[in-house]
Amino acid sequence: MVASTVKKLLRAGDWLATPLNAARYLETINPLWSDHGRGRVERLIQETPDTVTLVIRANGAWAGGEAGQYVQLGLDIDGVRYWRCYSLASPVQPGSREFSVTVNRLDGGRVSTYINDCLRAGDLVHLKATAGDFVLPAQRDDQKLLFISAGSGVTPVMGMLRQLIAERSGADVVMLHFSPDYAHCIFHDELRASNSEQRRIHLAVTREDARDGDLAGHFSADMLEQVCPDWRSRQAYVCGPSSLMSAVSELFLGAGLSSQLKQEAFVLKRAEVPEGAGGKVGFVVAGKQVDADGKTSLLEVAEGAGLTPEHGCRMGICCGCLATLKEGQVRDLNTGEVFGESGEKVRICVCAAAGDVSLEL
Amino acid sequence: MNAAVETHAVKLKPVSKAGKLPVNMTDEQLQAFGQEIEAIRERIMNSLGEKDARYIRRMIKTQRWMEIGGRGLLFAGILPPAWLAGTAMLGVAKILENMEIGHNVIHGQWDWMRDPDIHSSTWDWDNVCPADHWKHSHNHMHHKWTNVVGMDRDVGYGILRMSEKQEWEPYYLGQPIYNFLLATFFEWGVALHDLEAEKIRHGEKSYKDAVPFLKEVWTKVRKQVTKDYILFPAMAGPFFLPVLTGNAVANIIRNYWAYAIIFCGHFPEGTEDFDMDVVENEDKAHWYLRQMLGSANIEGGKLMHIMSGNLSHQIEHHLFPDMPSNRYAEAAREVRAICRKYGLPYNSNSLRKQFTSSMKKVLRLSLPNRRKDGDTVTA
Repeated sequence: MVASTVKKLLRAGDWLATPLNAARYLETINPLWSDHGRGRVERLIQETPDTVTLVIRANGAWAGGEAGQYVQLGLDIDGVRYWRCYSLASPVQPGSREFSVTVNRLDGGRVSTYINDCLRAGDLVHLKATAGDFVLPAQRDDQKLLFISAGSGVTPVMGMLRQLIAERSGADVVMLHFSPDYAHCIFHDELRASNSEQRRIHLAVTREDARDGDLAGHFSADMLEQVCPDWRSRQAYVCGPSSLMSAVSELFLGAGLSSQLKQEAFVLKRAEVPEGAGGKVGFVVAGKQVDADGKTSLLEVAEGAGLTPEHGCRMGICCGCLATLKEGQVRDLNTGEVFGESGEKVRICVCAAAGDVSLEL
Repeated sequence: MNAAVETHAVKLKPVSKAGKLPVNMTDEQLQAFGQEIEAIRERIMNSLGEKDARYIRRMIKTQRWMEIGGRGLLFAGILPPAWLAGTAMLGVAKILENMEIGHNVIHGQWDWMRDPDIHSSTWDWDNVCPADHWKHSHNHMHHKWTNVVGMDRDVGYGILRMSEKQEWEPYYLGQPIYNFLLATFFEWGVALHDLEAEKIRHGEKSYKDAVPFLKEVWTKVRKQVTKDYILFPAMAGPFFLPVLTGNAVANIIRNYWAYAIIFCGHFPEGTEDFDMDVVENEDKAHWYLRQMLGSANIEGGKLMHIMSGNLSHQIEHHLFPDMPSNRYAEAAREVRAICRKYGLPYNSNSLRKQFTSSMKKVLRLSLPNRRKDGDTVTA
C-alpha cells in the first residue's frame, strides 16, 4: 500500500525530473534513496588475518535473497566500478534488511583486496539481485542435511546454518569443514559454539596438527563414513575449491546419488588457452573495436572498452550476460572449446575471442 | 619493410596522401607531432582515477542542488529578489547540466567509470535535443569532420554562412537576424540540427522526409516543455507566472551562454576550415593537426572553464573528445608547448576577443566574398 503510493508519487516526480527520473534527485539528498540496489556497510568483522565480514544494510530497491545464494556487490575502486559475486553468509533480517557477506582476500584480487584493506564502516556498496539455488529446502524441519565446505567455501554454508539456528529448525545437520590451519579457519569460534546434539559440526585441518576431537587431512570417503555414516540418506551441499568439489561429486556420482548433492563452485577454473589466440573484438552497437587476447573474457574486454554490458555471475552459470555473436568465434574459458555461429548468444563472461569477433553490444 | 614489398603494395593500392594543411611542416614533422599529441592522451587516460570520479560526482551533485534551489526560490518568485536569484540559479544549473555534465557525459568522457548513471549510453540532458540525435550530429559528424565544409554541419548549422568556402546566396543577407534568433533559441536550433534545414530550403529534401525525425524530437520536446512551462508553474498555483517566466528566462540564459561559448570554439578569426579533399586518406596525425587548426580556446579562470563545460579548451576537447573535461587544463599546457615547438598556431584569446571576432565573421560572410582587388565572387 505504502510502497505503491510511493511508486505512484515517484512516477509523477519523473515528469518533474525529466529527462532524468526522480530517483536521481532523491539520491542526491541521500544515496540510499535510489531506485538502484544499494547498501551501507554497517560494520566489518575481521574473521581471520585475510578474511573480513561485511554487515550490509540494503535499501528498499534491493530485491533481497536467501542465505546461501550469491549477491552481486559493486564497488567503485579508483573511480571504476567492479562487480563481484559473494554468498550471503547470513539470512536477510526481515525488518532491517541487514545481511552479511564474508570476503577472503585472493592473491592479486583487486576487489577482495580492496574490501579487506580499504573498505570502512559507513561506505556504500552497490547491490544487484541475488541468484543461485544453493539454498535450504523449503520444507526442512524434518530433513537431514549434510554440509561439506572448505576454506572460504564455508560462507554460503554458514548462511544456511545461521538461518537454521535463527528459526530453531528441527533439521538434523552434519557439517564437515576443512581449513588449512586454525588461524585461517573462518568462523572458527562460531562453528565450535554452534556444535550441538542436533547440529554436529566437525572441523578438519590439512596443514596443522588437529586438536582434540578434530580431524586431520583432506576429504575422503572414509572420513565421511566416520563422521556421518548415514550420508547417503541426507540432502548434501558442497562448496569449496575444485579439488574438494570433484572428490565429493565423484563420491555421490559413484553412489548414484548425484541428485542429492547441491554444488556451489567458488572459483572459476579456467582451461589453459593456447597462446596468441585472441583477436579484434568489435562492439557493433557501441561502435567500438579493441584488441583482446585469448584469455580475457569478452565481458572484461567490453568493460575495459568502457561498455557496461548486462551480466550476472561472471562465472558462466547465470546466463545474465548473453550477447549475440555477429561474426567470428569464441573460446569457452572453462573448457577451451572454440565455437560460435553468427546469431548465437554467448556468455561473454566466460568466453574469450578466438580470432576476430564482433558482438551486438 | 623491404623495397620489393613496398613496390608491390603501391601496385595493389595506389598510395595517396591526405591534402596538405595550411602549415609549414614536413611529413616527418607531422608524424612526430602526432606521436607527441598521442603521448599526452595516453598518459592522461592511463592516470584517471578516484580524483576524477569525485570531480564529476561532485559536479553533478552541485548542479542538482542548484537546480532544486533555483526552482524552490522561483516558487517565491512573486518577490523580485527571489525571482532574480531563482532564475539565475536555475540558469546556471542548466548551463552546468548541458555543458560540463551533459555534453561531456554524452561524449563518453566518463564511461571508464562503468557507472550506468553517468554513461554515454544512458545519459539524456535537460535540453530539447534528444541525446541520440546529438550523438550523431555532434559526436560523429562534427567531431570527426570538424570544419570540413560540406561534411561538418556545425559550419553554419545549415542556417548561417560561416566559411568563405560556402557559396553565397542572397538568403545570407539576413544572416545577422538568423544569428540573433539562433542565439536566443539555441537549444531549438540544436534540436533541429539534423533536420538539415538547408536541404529543405534548396528542395533537396521534402518536409515529409523530415517527419520521422520531427516525431523523435517531439517526444523529447513534449516532456521538456511540460516540465518547465506547465508542471512547475502549475505547482505554484496562483503564483504560476513568476515560475513560468523564471523557467523561460533560465532557458534563454543557457541558450545565449551556450551559443557564445560554442561560437568561440571554431569561428574566431584564425581558425581554419577545410575542403573535403583535405580529409581523404587522413591519418591520425593529420586528424590531430586538423582538429587543432580548426579550434580556438578561451582564456580565463577556473570558473570560466567550468561554466563553459571546459569548451574553453576547445582545442584539447577536439584532440581528445573522450578525455574527462577536468583534465583538459593539464593537457592544454602540454599541447601549447608542442605547438610552440613545431611553430604551429595555437588560437587562444579572451572571451571578449574570440566572441567579437566570431560576430565579425557572421556579419562579413553575410555578404559575398571580397577578393583582395575588391571584386566580389561567390565562393
